[in-house]
Amino acid sequence: MEQRILLGNEAIGRGLVESGCTLIASYPGTPASEILESAVVFAKESRAKIHTEWSVNEKIAYEVALGHSYTGKRSAVAMKQVGLNVAADPFMRSAYLGVKGGLVVIVADDPGPHSSQTEQDSRYFAQFARIPVFDPSDPAEAKVMIERALDLSETYELPVMVRPTTRVCHARQNVQCRAPQEIYRKAEFKKNPGRWVATPQFLTTLHRELNDKVDIIGSLKNFLPFLTKGKGALAEYCIVSSGVAYANTYEILDELGFLGKVDFFKVDLPYPLNRDFIQKVNTEYKKILVFEETYPVIEMQFANQSICGRISKDVPDYGELTPEIIESILRKFLPAPVPEKQEAKEIKGVRPSLCPGCPHRASFYAIRQTFPKGIFPSDIGCYTLGMNFGAVDTCHCMGACISQGAGLYHAYAADGPDYPTIVVTIGDSTFFHAGIPALVNAVFTKARFILVILDNSTTAMTGNQPTPQVGIMADGCAGNTVFIPDLVKASGVKFLRQADPYDLPVFKNLLAEADRFCRKDDGGVAVIIAKHPCIMNGQARKQQVVYRIQVNEECNGCKVCLKRFECPSLVFDENKKKVFIDQNSCIGCGVCPSVCPAGAITAEKMEVET
Amino acid sequence: MKQRIVISGRGGQGVLFVTRLLAEAGLALGMDVLTSETHGMAMRGGTVISHVKVGGFKSPLIRRGSADMGLFLTLSDITIHGDFVNTAGYRVVNTNLSGEYLFVDATTEAREMGSLLVTNLVLLGYAIAHRTLFCDAMVMKKVIEKISNNRNRELNLVGFQRGLELKGGQQ
Ligand code: SF4
Ligand code: SF4
Repeated sequence: MEQRILLGNEAIGRGLVESGCTLIASYPGTPASEILESAVVFAKESRAKIHTEWSVNEKIAYEVALGHSYTGKRSAVAMKQVGLNVAADPFMRSAYLGVKGGLVVIVADDPGPHSSQTEQDSRYFAQFARIPVFDPSDPAEAKVMIERALDLSETYELPVMVRPTTRVCHARQNVQCRAPQEIYRKAEFKKNPGRWVATPQFLTTLHRELNDKVDIIGSLKNFLPFLTKGKGALAEYCIVSSGVAYANTYEILDELGFLGKVDFFKVDLPYPLNRDFIQKVNTEYKKILVFEETYPVIEMQFANQSICGRISKDVPDYGELTPEIIESILRKFLPAPVPEKQEAKEIKGVRPSLCPGCPHRASFYAIRQTFPKGIFPSDIGCYTLGMNFGAVDTCHCMGACISQGAGLYHAYAADGPDYPTIVVTIGDSTFFHAGIPALVNAVFTKARFILVILDNSTTAMTGNQPTPQVGIMADGCAGNTVFIPDLVKASGVKFLRQADPYDLPVFKNLLAEADRFCRKDDGGVAVIIAKHPCIMNGQARKQQVVYRIQVNEECNGCKVCLKRFECPSLVFDENKKKVFIDQNSCIGCGVCPSVCPAGAITAEKMEVET
Repeated sequence: MKQRIVISGRGGQGVLFVTRLLAEAGLALGMDVLTSETHGMAMRGGTVISHVKVGGFKSPLIRRGSADMGLFLTLSDITIHGDFVNTAGYRVVNTNLSGEYLFVDATTEAREMGSLLVTNLVLLGYAIAHRTLFCDAMVMKKVIEKISNNRNRELNLVGFQRGLELKGGQQ
């Protein structure tokens, strides 16, 4: 046994390796991205033979893990909460059909949300599917729960979910580590059409069996919530909590002097909630408070109208349960001293922005300049930040931009031939994830718009995971490369060009040419691949020409470069009323000179050091 | 000993690295450690904050007004996150402007050393020299050696050493 400082996601990755998983599949997404990455590192370190993969999307990751589990081997799939929406189809049915080797489904929720498009509660999704779910309160516990989940999964031949939240995924803690368990199992798929094919006639039986399993799990003694007993006058009170809300509540109860004075339950398995526990709470307590994130999953299972929680709105029915919120609710619920009113004023920090020299900035600038009246559906990634300068008008869910572009086109085109130019932007990784069927559909249904695939050869937002076009797999080995232009052509697209957005004049011309194609009699979807590596890619950066950038006296302070281009390295000097270059952060990409209408920004090619 | 620390800065300034260093220092001293970090979109140059709690806590988060010390990688972070630190706590700021805090111009020092990447280590060294943190310089040096990657190890140690020796300004 050895103590290590691990990030929550690393603790989960470690747990997967320690408990003998032989396949882990994932698609990157905050707050879940580091799970697979750390599993790769721990597997290498302990020479464990594990197939790790960044699948193209979460549905695929889920199905790969499912197939692996059918052979009796332990499997895992990891994703962020909205990834489960993508994987919903295989997820729901896998509850009925079950698994063979343990299958743990790690779904990281994001109450708040901090970096997601919803703050949905995956425990609710688990309940919907009738799949048991663990709710860890810190990294060390998350690691233990991985092992418990795999054991439970194997015993009942059911997928089991572990649902950490952002505050667990991105917490670091000292965690006990042990050597990985060697579970050697030979792949053995036992044919059983009644189960693995399960046509409708088999499903009522499978459904009943699923319900029976859930009933049994809901009565297991080892999932009775842990009680911190209260002694004293508050016998009618109890507090029930799970996840990081438990950790916050624990600490605040301690500070307020109520720890050990009121019964305080910690739920490890919010669904199915232990039946004896439900009974006990409903009969023994009059005042019950439930803290959980983000939906009332535990609260609902009590089916008790008098509970204080998210349904009764004693706890806000949205949002993260920050320590501040928990404290104010506890003070009302318990006979605690009245708080000194001290409203914390939240000051907004600096908003994020594309990196200096980011190729997306050049693409967006060219699009805005070429089509000032255009409509710009976009998608999820670093490039969503294009909204800062008016080049991103929509962002919905992975891959939606292409079909939304088609929908917008059909609406405008029905009103006449004078429809606005629609420029859809999508990242390379997002294109692989959910863009391909959308493109086929748009071509087939005769939509007309420009699709710009922002190809920076990486999944930048989540920490630069490789895409199928990069051709490198999660463990660093070479895969079989799949090229975007081939996919675009195979989708039936008749206009395909590629250019480096750094070259603004060329790129703008291409956009104009694409627009003409869209509007031709036999036009359709025009695709431009904007190709330039993410500047976070050190190796690619080294090959990039570097310019020394300066602003001369011609700068008249019009701020066009700040408003329309927003490179963080362009800074306004309030005294001189002129722009200057922050030489510390400027990478010398050389794009901004062609943005300045006064020609005040100059570039001089630097000698490359060899 | 128990200590609650916030580290505030912009994405890309090395807030996460300092968070890891402090967590590892806690571990080296046999203390229980919990931290909370900002990942995702905000790391693209937005304002970020890390929380570090050493010495037996349950929750990774620090409430406004309850941190024992704060490290601020730019002066403007004080206006955004300064109120995390309680009135008796230390605030250590990277700036050349004096105010109600301990300060040192870590950016200039780092630039003189040839790499802005060590700004965070200069500030950390300075904070440790002024006994505002739970660990001492010896422990921290070992941790820097342990978790720095080979390319930056030397520079990190030099930056940290520079911070230890700087006089800076008083609170
Ligand atoms: S990480 Fe890459 S893609 Fe993201 S903003 Fe920076 S340069 Fe652009
Ligand atoms: S050259 Fe111009 S656009 Fe490029 S990073 Fe420097 S200031 Fe920004």
